[in-house]
Amino acid sequence: MNGFDGLALVLVAAGALFLLVGSIGVVRLPDFYTRIHAVGKSDTLGLVLVVLGIAAHEGASLTGVKLVAVVVFVALTNPVGSHALVRSAYVSGLRPWFKGEPVPEDPTADHHDDGDDDGDDDSAVAEPGEDRR
Amino acid sequence: MEQAFVVEAVVLAVIIVIPAYRVIVGPTLFDRLLGAGAIGTKTVALICLVGIIFDRLDMFVDIAVGYAILNFIGNLAIAKYFIVPKPDGHPPVESR
Repeated sequence: MNGFDGLALVLVAAGALFLLVGSIGVVRLPDFYTRIHAVGKSDTLGLVLVVLGIAAHEGASLTGVKLVAVVVFVALTNPVGSHALVRSAYVSGLRPWFKGEPVPEDPTADHHDDGDDDGDDDSAVAEPGEDRR
Repeated sequence: MEQAFVVEAVVLAVIIVIPAYRVIVGPTLFDRLLGAGAIGTKTVALICLVGIIFDRLDMFVDIAVGYAILNFIGNLAIAKYFIVPKPDGHPPVESR
C-alpha cells in the first residue's frame, strides 16, 4: 500500500470503460472490418490503462517494472495482431461492407452458415483489389 | 481497498464475456478469431487484477506476461494459417 491507490482505482476504472466500449463494438458493428477497428484500438488503450493502474498500486519494485514491460509489450503487439488478422481476411477475399448496403449480419437478409464452416460466406467473397477504392 | 479491486475484477469478468457472442454467432471465420483475440487481450488485465486480490501480484504478473506472449503468437499463427484460397482454386495473393 502506498499513496497511489486512488490513482490506481481511477486508472483501472477508465481502462475497464475502454474495454467495455471495445466489447460493445465487437457485438454491435456491422461487419468484420468495423468490428476489428473497434476492438483493435480501444482494447489496447484499455489494457494499457488497467495495467498502468495496477502498476501504480504496486509502486516502484521489480513487479512494477514487469507491469510496465507488459504495457510496452501489449502496446507493440496488439495492433500487430489486429493488422495480421485484417490482412488475412482481406487477402482471403472477405469483402468490406459499404454504406448503403444491407447489413450482412441481418438474419432476415441472407444465408450465412453454409455449413462448411470455412468462413467464406460465398456472397461475401470477391477478388481482392476488385473493390479497392 | 481490496473490495474495490474485487468489484472492478467482477466488472471486467462481465466485460470479457461479451465478445463470446461474436465467437459463437460470428458470420465468418474471421469474426470468430476476432472475438477470441478480444477475449484473450482482456484476460491479461483480469489476471493482473486477480493477482492483486490474492496478494500474489509478483507471481501473477509472470503468468500475465506468458499469457500475453502466447496470445500474440497464437494470433499471428492463426492469421497466417487461415488465409483461405479462393473457391475457384486460385491461389491467395502473396504478401510482401
